[in-house]
Amino acid sequence: MTLAAIPPMSDSVFALTLALLLLAPLAIAGVALVNTGLGRSRSAAQSILGCLGIVAVAAVVFAMLGATFTGSPEGAGHSFLLFGKNWNWLGAGPWMLGELNSDSPRSQLALLFEFLSVALTALIPWGSGAERLRLTVGCAVAALLSALVFPLAAHWIWGGGWLAQLGVNFGLGAGFLDGGGAATVHMIGGLSALTVVWIAGPRKGKFPKEGLATAMPGHNTVAVLFGCLLALVGWMAWNVAGAILWLHAPNSALAGTAVNTLLSASMALIAAFTVTRIRFGKPDASICANGWLAGLVASSAGAGLISPAAALLVGLVAGLATPLLVELLELALSIDDPSGAVSVHAGGGLWGILAVGLFAPPAGQLLAQLVGIAALLGLALPLIYLLFRMLDRVLPFGANEEGERLGMDLHELGGSAYPEFVIHRDESQR
Amino acid sequence: MKYAGLLAMPAGFFLSITALVLFSAPAPRLIFVLCGLAVEAMGLAVAVRGHMEERGDRRS
Repeated sequence: MTLAAIPPMSDSVFALTLALLLLAPLAIAGVALVNTGLGRSRSAAQSILGCLGIVAVAAVVFAMLGATFTGSPEGAGHSFLLFGKNWNWLGAGPWMLGELNSDSPRSQLALLFEFLSVALTALIPWGSGAERLRLTVGCAVAALLSALVFPLAAHWIWGGGWLAQLGVNFGLGAGFLDGGGAATVHMIGGLSALTVVWIAGPRKGKFPKEGLATAMPGHNTVAVLFGCLLALVGWMAWNVAGAILWLHAPNSALAGTAVNTLLSASMALIAAFTVTRIRFGKPDASICANGWLAGLVASSAGAGLISPAAALLVGLVAGLATPLLVELLELALSIDDPSGAVSVHAGGGLWGILAVGLFAPPAGQLLAQLVGIAALLGLALPLIYLLFRMLDRVLPFGANEEGERLGMDLHELGGSAYPEFVIHRDESQR
Repeated sequence: MKYAGLLAMPAGFFLSITALVLFSAPAPRLIFVLCGLAVEAMGLAVAVRGHMEERGDRRS
């Protein structure tokens, strides 16, 4: 979209978007519950405290540094001229939110949306590093993502950067489109999760010298599934707000955006349920939850652009792919990802971005989406790996022997999440 | 091996960007961008392969 194409925001749309953004944190709460429930009980308190800490660190670091580098479509940016084209690669906003109160209503809401997005992005790798990462490491990872990686991607896509300008500069549709953060939030978060599990290594005993990987089921399926329901509410609000802010969707498209989000998640759940029922004889609750989340993630990029039939197809592919990806990563590639974040967020996000190119109307959109995927995979993943490797030198990612043996609750907090749990024999066996 | 894979990935990105600058017709652009993505996919595959070899050495 060009700057001239950004319509003014009426008071009623401002109020609606603000209300939606106040509901959107439910998506963060849902992901936090899913992360915690999919880990073992001996690290549950550390996991949920880590979620809170990460959201806090992400917000503070983003306010201090990240928001400046993210910039806004109406603001200044660092750019260079190459082959006669303007390549806007980094935002140049005011320091420490200096002009927040004098910004336009749209810019203020965009900033709030980015605060929520950076918090969710930073939360995603925490679930993958569960039961290994210490609180300080999780917060340091969040700080790096909020200060450098997220702002770079967010500026390119939402802040008027070179990906957003692909339409103007190269005639590729409307430029790279990502209404709800499939790329900015979920792919960046998913690639960070992959890097974290690479560096931290698997949990002790996960991959024995001989035989298959050890199953380490989550400790609270109810929390996981309730997290999925919370996430639905947050995601619907998130996608509709994103459609208003980044896709400039008219009022007539807003209910459809929410419907598409619901349809995508529903179809993904049905697909994941069916796949696990066929493969294992019974549906697997944790993989169904991952399927549901993958449907939500895949809907993020284009819920405001595609038809309901396309949303069903997006969900179907996400739901079919997630169980297979989870199995591939764990059994074939030796990647220990307790929350399934790599499959759900990186895989679902990638598919969602591609689906916009396949199903959204503007000609040339597919090429714009492919260039965006190339940028995220080709630049963001190596950058994240480099940053996290350097961080690992200062704050080692893997837990020590004692942490692995006791669980992170006792090791880091000195008490467990469920102190009244007593191991006893099954009453029915007396 | 992991580093070799990760270093190949930016090469794929630059191939994709070069396609936009060099060509104006959609078909060659699409082919070059797909080639760039293929290079990135190969880089990722090499990096994952490197990770699996490290894991094999450190199985508990």
